[in-house]
Amino acid sequence: MENTTAQRRQELEKYFDAKGPFGLLRVAQMKRAWKQKNRRELTWWENTYLPTLIGGLWGTSKHFFRNLTLHILHVFGLYKDTRAAVTYQYPEQPRPLAARTRTRHRLMKREDGSPRCVACMMCETVCPARCIAITAAEHPDPNIEKYPAEFILDLGKCVYCGFCVEVCPEDAIRMDTGIIDTAEYSRASMIYDKKRLMADVVRHAK
Amino acid sequence: MSDILIKLALASGTIITMFSIAGLLTWVERKQSAVMQDRIGANRASIFGFKALGLFHAIADVLKMLSKEEFIPKGANKFLFNLAPYLSVVFALVGFAAIPIGNQLIIGDRVIELQAANINVALLFIFAMMSMGIYGVVIAGFSSNSNYAFLGGMRGAAQMIAYEITMGAAIMGIIMVFNTIDLQALVRAQGAYMFGGWLPKWGVFVQPLAFFLFLTAATAETKRTPFDLPEGESEIIGYFVEYSGMKFGMFFLADLVETVLVAALMATLFMGGWQVAYLHPDGFHFPWGATVALPHLTVMGLGVLSFFLKVSLFIWILMAIRWTLPRFRYDQLMRLGWKILLPASLFNIAITAIVIVLLS
Repeated sequence: MENTTAQRRQELEKYFDAKGPFGLLRVAQMKRAWKQKNRRELTWWENTYLPTLIGGLWGTSKHFFRNLTLHILHVFGLYKDTRAAVTYQYPEQPRPLAARTRTRHRLMKREDGSPRCVACMMCETVCPARCIAITAAEHPDPNIEKYPAEFILDLGKCVYCGFCVEVCPEDAIRMDTGIIDTAEYSRASMIYDKKRLMADVVRHAK
Repeated sequence: MSDILIKLALASGTIITMFSIAGLLTWVERKQSAVMQDRIGANRASIFGFKALGLFHAIADVLKMLSKEEFIPKGANKFLFNLAPYLSVVFALVGFAAIPIGNQLIIGDRVIELQAANINVALLFIFAMMSMGIYGVVIAGFSSNSNYAFLGGMRGAAQMIAYEITMGAAIMGIIMVFNTIDLQALVRAQGAYMFGGWLPKWGVFVQPLAFFLFLTAATAETKRTPFDLPEGESEIIGYFVEYSGMKFGMFFLADLVETVLVAALMATLFMGGWQVAYLHPDGFHFPWGATVALPHLTVMGLGVLSFFLKVSLFIWILMAIRWTLPRFRYDQLMRLGWKILLPASLFNIAITAIVIVLLS
């Protein structure tokens, strides 16, 4: 019954020479047959469940005593660097985000506080979810052609693909607020306007 | 009159202690599983900002259960439906009456056995009460007018009958060695020593096979993973599927009370109950000749303390098993019960009998 890996592979290759119609079905049938033929009977000792039981208890107990010791040491301010649990206490202690994680959008500002956006409509065009709606207006400064009179972003529709950020020629929209828990009580309040998008945000840890 | 008062105090003290331990187990279960799985566990419930390591979650749970709707399904037998959870809890709790938690306490000229009911067939009594616990399960399944509950009840009945036989057969060895079914006398008999006074004559040392058989059967008796077929949370939810509110809570609590009862029984039968190794009524007598004299009350306190420490140890083991092993398949469960454990326990009886005859 004892097969080496190479022998097994040879046997498998012989078995799975499945070509022509119903090939996949035959592969499945053959796999089952191969499994049945090569099934290893449990030994008497294994049938008592004791080896797996002791092994399992040993594994969980190791974790238990290690973590318990660390928890107690943490109370006394020792070994604070070694974590005893993988838990993040979420609202108070947010999970670290990867540097490139796409999170809630924000509109960048110029030095005078007006939006950097020039209302070129690139993001509105590229958006696959069609969640951006820009109303363009003429900018008083002759060096800047247009500015967004209104910039509406429906987060209820947004798929967080990040195309708007990629496509923006002015680096006016970014998805780096670190806010991932956008929850509201109504669909209407998921619709963000220029003011909300430009508001200073308290960034979560990154 | 004072006798009755003492008995009453002892009985209520035992029940309240055990009930509190069972209530505490909801917290222990959460925290132990969390620490095992590298988590923290429930820690949000707070009273005036105090979190007390999540201890208040037990209270929060009870309040939640009490405030929930008591739902009785259409077509259910109302009387039996309401009766079943009480049967479960009561029969689990009554068993504690016969568990000795300490030696004779001597105050003045009064001798108090620290055992709520010192009956001379204590072991039979406890086993009878544990068997009666099946009725709670079966009646709950039967009266709910639900196929899933019925299935759970039937599974529970089959499983508990299978494992109760093993349980009874496993302790036969203990009864044969110590020659008594009075638990207080059984614990006293475990105060003897073997191998020139070095090894205490505890059940686990004279009957190691029976210990493991009893541990397995007792785990099955508590209806918790890996033997949670009557509950089977992933497929049939079990005999209490139709229960809500505090009645569900009572089934939940009955499981935990049974865990404490089984742990107490194992401590009593196999770990010498309130015995402390080398501790005699007048103090420590170590086998290497040293003696430490101790007053009566200290000895008594050490005894009760050691009993509860042993109970905690067994609760820890039962919890560790519950959070380590996956559930058995039903045929595996039955095969383990009837084909492995039962023959093994009968084999244990035969070997014990032969050894006893050879030694006498």
